[in-house]
Amino acid sequence: MANENFPLIFERSKEGRVGYNLPALDVPEVNLEEEIGADFVRKVDANLPEVDELELMRHYTGLSNRNFGIHTGFYPLGSCTMKYNPVINEDVVRLPGFSHIHPYQDTRTIQGALELMYDLQVHLEEITGMDEITLQPAAGSQGEWTALMVFKAFHEANGESHRNEVIVPDSAHGTNPASAAIAGFKIVEVKSNDKGLVDVEDLKKVVNENTAALMLTNPNTLGLFETQILEMSEIIHEAGGKMYYDGANLNAIMGYARPGDMGFDAVHLNLHKTFTGPHGGGGPGSGPIGVTDELAAYLPKPVVVEKDGVYDLDYDRPESIGMVKNFYGNFGINVRSYTYIRTLGAEGLKKASELAVLNANYIMRSLQEKYELPFTQHCKHEFVISGNKQKALGIRTSDIAKRLMDFDIHPPTVYFPLIVDEALMIEPTETESKETLDHFIDTMLQIADEAENNPDIIHSAPHKTPVKRLDETRASRKPVFRWNKEEK
Amino acid sequence: MDFRYLPATEADKTQMLEKIGAKSTDELFSDIPEKVRLDRKLNLKEPTSEYELKKEMVAMAAKNANLQDYSSFLGAGVYDHFIPSVVDHVISRQEFYTSYTPYQPEMTQGELQAMFEFQTMVSEITGMPIVNSSLYDGGTAVVEAMYLSNVQTKKKKILVSEALHPEYRQLVKTASKGKGLEIVEIGLTDGKTDLAQLEKEIDEDTASVIVQYPNFLGQIEPLDKINALIKAQPKAMMIVSSNPLALGYLTPPSEFGADIVVGDTQVFGIPAQLGGPHCGYFATTDKLMRKVPGRFVGETVDQDGQRGYVLALQTREQHIRREKATSNITSNQALNAVASSAAMSALGKNGVKDMSKLNMQKARYTKQQLEEAGLPAAFSGSIFNEFVVKLSQPVKEVNEKLFDKGIVGGFDLGIVYPEFENHMLIATTEIRSKEEIDAFVKELGDINNG
Repeated sequence: MANENFPLIFERSKEGRVGYNLPALDVPEVNLEEEIGADFVRKVDANLPEVDELELMRHYTGLSNRNFGIHTGFYPLGSCTMKYNPVINEDVVRLPGFSHIHPYQDTRTIQGALELMYDLQVHLEEITGMDEITLQPAAGSQGEWTALMVFKAFHEANGESHRNEVIVPDSAHGTNPASAAIAGFKIVEVKSNDKGLVDVEDLKKVVNENTAALMLTNPNTLGLFETQILEMSEIIHEAGGKMYYDGANLNAIMGYARPGDMGFDAVHLNLHKTFTGPHGGGGPGSGPIGVTDELAAYLPKPVVVEKDGVYDLDYDRPESIGMVKNFYGNFGINVRSYTYIRTLGAEGLKKASELAVLNANYIMRSLQEKYELPFTQHCKHEFVISGNKQKALGIRTSDIAKRLMDFDIHPPTVYFPLIVDEALMIEPTETESKETLDHFIDTMLQIADEAENNPDIIHSAPHKTPVKRLDETRASRKPVFRWNKEEK
Repeated sequence: MDFRYLPATEADKTQMLEKIGAKSTDELFSDIPEKVRLDRKLNLKEPTSEYELKKEMVAMAAKNANLQDYSSFLGAGVYDHFIPSVVDHVISRQEFYTSYTPYQPEMTQGELQAMFEFQTMVSEITGMPIVNSSLYDGGTAVVEAMYLSNVQTKKKKILVSEALHPEYRQLVKTASKGKGLEIVEIGLTDGKTDLAQLEKEIDEDTASVIVQYPNFLGQIEPLDKINALIKAQPKAMMIVSSNPLALGYLTPPSEFGADIVVGDTQVFGIPAQLGGPHCGYFATTDKLMRKVPGRFVGETVDQDGQRGYVLALQTREQHIRREKATSNITSNQALNAVASSAAMSALGKNGVKDMSKLNMQKARYTKQQLEEAGLPAAFSGSIFNEFVVKLSQPVKEVNEKLFDKGIVGGFDLGIVYPEFENHMLIATTEIRSKEEIDAFVKELGDINNG
């Protein structure tokens, strides 16, 4: 890539160029301005680009060439489950019968869509061990908040509206406490022990009569299975609280264990992670939640129901917390996930988890001599190493991340979870071959060696990307969030 | 059974287990307590071959009546518009659809720049200087605007026009319970927000007033008069939910003093797909920049001074602020924002205005023809591309008859507004031809008189 600014589409614009043809005005024209009044007619046109169709395609193709996707190369971004996004999903979702249907069509004219949603719910119920699923939440964070609102409604209905505390481990993703706060709860943190697991003794200390719920990811954000999960469920349930399962890491245990069997009362899933949504550059996602029978009445409405082979939307749910997203969730993502689940079935999903865990352990054991491994037990689908050894040599985790780019590898998640210094969170997923894993391992070992013998090459990385290291603080200190013509 | 997404061979597995020092993969799961280990196979449908699954999905999709086979006059927040072919070709590029949040900017300049361009386009259309890189949809964008008004003003009373999309109003109600906000709905007069009631309800406890422009009933709300009433309370904020296509021709809410403008860019390049995913936008003033939910992409420079883009102001966000964050939003709708950007780029400066006017012209023709067929509009005010008529019989029954004639009729308003029983909300977009409109008018007139 030439060392010059890649143009913005606005900079490709030329007055008079046209990239569209609209249907003709085939009805008698009326004077709009006269009718609606001059005050309501826009004075200055929105300054959108004027480009022809080829220029538009070159622009976006150029942008895509400056981006990295899973089809490009290895993308071990921990906690994000960057597995292969099957291309059949993209074909299926574009069938006109799925893409060009309106949410307010008579339900008798969208039976295929409702059938798909219903059957997806049935499959997700079985995978999670929950009694009822709603597909409404748009993404994981909205699913978390929805489930917490369900808990809140449940406690209120039981005359326990004083329960205003949600317990969150110190290793939890920031979304957990944020969702709980938006739902009106106070956050109480529970510590991790030296094995990277929730400190059950500390949990006993923080639980009390105000406990509304414990939010837990299992395996947790360190990629470790919470072995005392049944004890924890018992502690929370005895105190009258509810157990919430953050499904971010479900990819580790499909077919091996189910949140419902661990004592969880509510679960959210990230269909864009575990079930190949896809990730879309940051969204759209889909974040269904599942609950036990005693909570089902509070789920958002409408609910897809089936009677004698006819599907319908049930709005008659008097105890429902209400709607949480317009219409019925991110249907387009749900279609893709359904296609994925039907491709693999029970056997394939279990095998996916088996290989995701095998791949993670293989990388972990191959790196543990050169990188600090804070928790040494077998991991599940991901693991966390620390860049502390390299930090002592003046190489930070962020430097390692930039150097990986030189080898066409997307860096892992860095500096998370917060309880590990210089953290690198690595999740290879099951869809990567041993050759790809070996390339990553060799690269990481080479970087560890460079940290000792050739640190300059790490400090000056990345070398192949279209831009060099970017000044991230400047973007926040002097915010420029849109293009301005005056600047040119 | 072999799975085409799972590359590990038996030889690979043996070598990897050897390195790990485990005898079998089961050993790697031995930390799961036996009591919670699933001792049976999941009871799911069997794995399906690519050919058979595709055939089944084609058949399932065919059970749905898709809008391309019908003349649709159904809108009510989701619209059937022309989508340029470029859109799907752009978003089908795997670099856009398989990547994730651009936390590593050197490797994801394409996505970041596309988001920066989206922010600029929405800023141009709404006239607001600060725009984020998208939210889930129009409804959740309204909820986020409500939260922000509470954070900004420390007030708890939210006035919501009954002409705001009924589902958005439900979301606002659900969300208000978390933070203990008080929702007061402002009724309607002749299909628009009742200004007298608004004037009466607004007081020093008011955090914000939420209106829709054009409103759910298709009417162009008098934002000038609404703003004058809000201005009487110096702290209260004006939140406008707006169809961005309408703003191609209508004066944007920024000109009428809006503090936050939100909405959905579904109208630009995103198919209806049963209501989601669509693409929310959030636009506001410089003053509120640091309290905006979701992600911003900002311009910066690299070590050589070359222009580049990064996620900016991340210190507002939940992954850093945790429970102190103003929003729990994590993902955005990046891929759909790219789709809308591609559509807005194809239409460009003149196309957005032309398309907006086409909608207005065709809706007016439908309205005038129905009036001649004995079905006058229920409200007197100016419209964008939707209006309401009162029928002689239940809308559901009328729509069944229309459907048999290849027409998807309008929205049954009686479901959400008891006072508008037998009222139909009719949308006419630029893709409805005169021929289709004439056929619709004839059929609806005949059914109504029959």
